[in-house]
Amino acid sequence: MSYYRGMTTQVVSITGHKGDKGEAYFAKPEGDGPFGAVVLIHHMPGWDDWIMEAARKLAHQGLMCIAPNLYFREPGSPDDQAAKARADGGVSDDQVVGDVEGALAYVRARKDSNGKVGVMGFCSGGRHAFICAARIPTMNAIVDCWGGSVIVEDPAQLTPKRPVNPIDYAKDIQCPILGIFGNDDKNPDPAQVDKTEAVLKSLGKTYSFHRYDGAGHGFFGSERPAYRVEQALDGWKKTYAFFHQHLG
Amino acid sequence: MCTYIVEKTPLMGAAKGPQGWVSIDTANVYFDHPFHAPLDHSLNIDFINERDGLSQRIAVELSADSAVRLVESILSALKQGEAAHS
Repeated sequence: MSYYRGMTTQVVSITGHKGDKGEAYFAKPEGDGPFGAVVLIHHMPGWDDWIMEAARKLAHQGLMCIAPNLYFREPGSPDDQAAKARADGGVSDDQVVGDVEGALAYVRARKDSNGKVGVMGFCSGGRHAFICAARIPTMNAIVDCWGGSVIVEDPAQLTPKRPVNPIDYAKDIQCPILGIFGNDDKNPDPAQVDKTEAVLKSLGKTYSFHRYDGAGHGFFGSERPAYRVEQALDGWKKTYAFFHQHLG
Repeated sequence: MCTYIVEKTPLMGAAKGPQGWVSIDTANVYFDHPFHAPLDHSLNIDFINERDGLSQRIAVELSADSAVRLVESILSALKQGEAAHS
């Protein structure tokens, strides 16, 4: 194999929550495998260019990656879908878990899968990844990138769509956890990250948290002012090593 | 950070998008990550007609400073216009 690995990408159909037919961006490394896989969960603004780029970065590292569109039920382009989902109060946690299960089933059913699947999410997707890692017992690894509201301090934030404080799911996470956070972030702020870590520690979970000075929220995003090149490169490096260890 | 906060404002008017003029009856206003603008957070306004759904959404993403200046400009224009038309 040459130094640079090729890949193929395509939009595939998945069967999501309650049997709904949805779509996902799928990136597969060149070769027959078998490959580990990552379900990549987008942030609140939806199924955007950034999440496709992140999927390709993981495929370049030898991992299959599938990024479901969590707003596929809405009409229009991905940004219109995101606007509609937001106006409706966001998607429910149950629906997200069902859609992620559908994406997971897609990759596990492939002949080139090694059967191991992780989940990774950014921002609200980090929160979703945390929940999915707990509620999908066959998940093999989770990377939470600055997932906000994992600890809900105001009960008024619990809604019919998001009825459970995510930290209450922590006891059910059986796979290793990698957490990546910026110390200038406000959600989660460093105190909230400390609280999450304390809970995981008290429960005896396998986790590794990395906190970066000089970085805030969304510092992997190379197309936004929050991008921090040094911290992002190190965060990606830790992500690759973590997935290779647990999905290889 | 991603938030679920949306200020929904009923209004009456029209907006022009790629398919021409449409009636609008609602503005959804929120301050969060933009989809397109090269900002970490932006003040986003979706002008919509709820009767027709969001397919006719007319959207803007503004920097926080721009949004404040726009508010000031709107109030100033209204004040001057009302004085001129009275």
